Amino acid sequence: MISRGIVVGQYYPVNSLVHSLDPRAKIVISMIFMVVLFVGNNFYSFAVAGTFAVLAVTLSKIPWKVLIRGLRPIVFIMLFTTALHLFLTPGPAIFQIGPLKASWPGLIQGLFIGIRLIILIVFTSLLTLTTSPIELTDGLEDILKPFSRIGVPAHEIAMMMTIALRFIPTLLEEADRIMKAQMSRGADFESGNMIQRAKSLVPLLVPLFVSAFRRADELAMAMEARCYRGGEGRTRMRQLRLSGGDYLALGLTIIMSALVIYTRIRFGPVIPRGTL
Amino acid sequence: MTPVEKPCGLEAKGVVFKYQVDESEAVMALAGVDLEISQGEFVVILGPNGSGKSTLAKHLNALLLPDEGDVWVFGMNTKAPELTWEIRRSAGMVFQNPDNQLVATVVEEDVAFGPENLGIEPDKIRELVSEALRAVGMEAYKRHSPHHLSGGQKQRVAIAGILAMKPRCIILDEPTAMLDPSGREEVMKTIKQLNQEMGITVIHITHFMDEALYADRVIVMDQGKIAMMGTPKQVFSQWEDISELGLEVPPIGQLSRRLWAAGIDIDPGILTVDELVDELCRLK
Ligand SMILES: Nc1ncnc2c1ncn2[C@@H]1O[C@H](COP(=O)(O)OP(=O)(O)O)[C@@H](O)[C@H]1O
Ligand SMILES: [Mg+2]
Repeated sequence: MISRGIVVGQYYPVNSLVHSLDPRAKIVISMIFMVVLFVGNNFYSFAVAGTFAVLAVTLSKIPWKVLIRGLRPIVFIMLFTTALHLFLTPGPAIFQIGPLKASWPGLIQGLFIGIRLIILIVFTSLLTLTTSPIELTDGLEDILKPFSRIGVPAHEIAMMMTIALRFIPTLLEEADRIMKAQMSRGADFESGNMIQRAKSLVPLLVPLFVSAFRRADELAMAMEARCYRGGEGRTRMRQLRLSGGDYLALGLTIIMSALVIYTRIRFGPVIPRGTL
Repeated sequence: MTPVEKPCGLEAKGVVFKYQVDESEAVMALAGVDLEISQGEFVVILGPNGSGKSTLAKHLNALLLPDEGDVWVFGMNTKAPELTWEIRRSAGMVFQNPDNQLVATVVEEDVAFGPENLGIEPDKIRELVSEALRAVGMEAYKRHSPHHLSGGQKQRVAIAGILAMKPRCIILDEPTAMLDPSGREEVMKTIKQLNQEMGITVIHITHFMDEALYADRVIVMDQGKIAMMGTPKQVFSQWEDISELGLEVPPIGQLSRRLWAAGIDIDPGILTVDELVDELCRLK
């Protein structure tokens, strides 16, 4: 019952061009895309970035249904920010409810922010949907490796992520079991106000933490028994290799970025400075 | 000064080990253990809870170092720091809880963990991993997530993770304790195969008496010492001593003993169904 929410954004295993890209390429492209989305400051920019995102989704063979389901948890935040802009931006009024005045610039600004969020989430969730957790951690470790000379613990971060991913389902299952055991003894996790509910979680969290520490202890022992001694001198079975497709994807990303920068220079902000 | 190298299988000499609970208090877990295990042997260690079985196992893998005495693993003294990794490679260890010893999110990645730590070449690791998974009959699951496997399957993956390091000895600390009967059977079958087909030395700790019947030698521990040692027949014939330690003679052993006590002319030391059937058929 707890684990249901986790499914969103989880690896969606189908064979597609996007799935077969090198995880490092995908991570870098996602990062570039995020920056580009904030460089874009008008609807033309979004047309370019949006087209790129739609192309990526199509090639990934991930059903739109899955992506839209991923948007659901943030619908509230999106509506809220859009509404804030709608009502708080000064300008010519569209309509008025009591003291709240909806303005034209507000509407445009609100739409702008909303669209940016949608594109951002669709595209970034594509990363986790098309890349298995191992590929993701391997890719991240590799990208961070050059920074380990300046003290970034690349191997440790990747190992922590791997272990976290490995133990999340185990711990969720255990939480579920403890919860059911407590409920069968009359515990109530669902009613009452926020504080009461938070309090009712204590008898769930205490045994869960105790067991998590015991697991960590045993895991550390087992890892040591299997000759683990940090990243130094360690090799990997899976080797990452960039192929033609990865260079093509990176090339397309750079072209897309250039186009977005062009639209920013050519068309300017969605609501020109000075009109507010 | 004790020598660093000594030729033989595994050997413990006068091993004493205390867990320091706090400044003033220490628990004596091993109170002078002498033990020799030769290459290829199948040894089962029995004993009540807290008798020091796990502590002894961790000494055979350099996870713990003796306070007094010495442990040699294939001639390597566990106290020599430069030999620690070679000792852990050649004497692998499987633990009780299958969930808490698998590291990776995919079976083959987990099996690769040991060889990766040893810095082996990627192509060679792949070879070692498929070989190890084949040996435990789990190659069909190599892309599965360990989370979705049964307990017995998880333990077989854990065994494969050790096998991939090409050990000469495997130490299993109650690997069947958390499994259902079919999982236990799976794991025991795998362990027997390793010993008989691959010639790997097996040290199997268990509290299931029937698992001791497979052993070349049974060791019974009590209060940090070796209380009894011998073939399964020799050990289980010491009826009183066994039950004094809170252990039970396996059911067939009890049955043969009772039949013998009831005046039927059979060997009271019989421990397996097959032997008992043969013996009873002989009577007719
Ligand atoms: N980490 C520890 N700290 C303190 N005492 C321990 C620790 N581990 C085991 N002991 C104690 O050492 C003794 C032997 O334990 P152990 O080797 O685990 O026995 P067994 O595996 O036979 O049940 C027991 O008295 C136990 O309580
Ligand atoms: Mg134990």
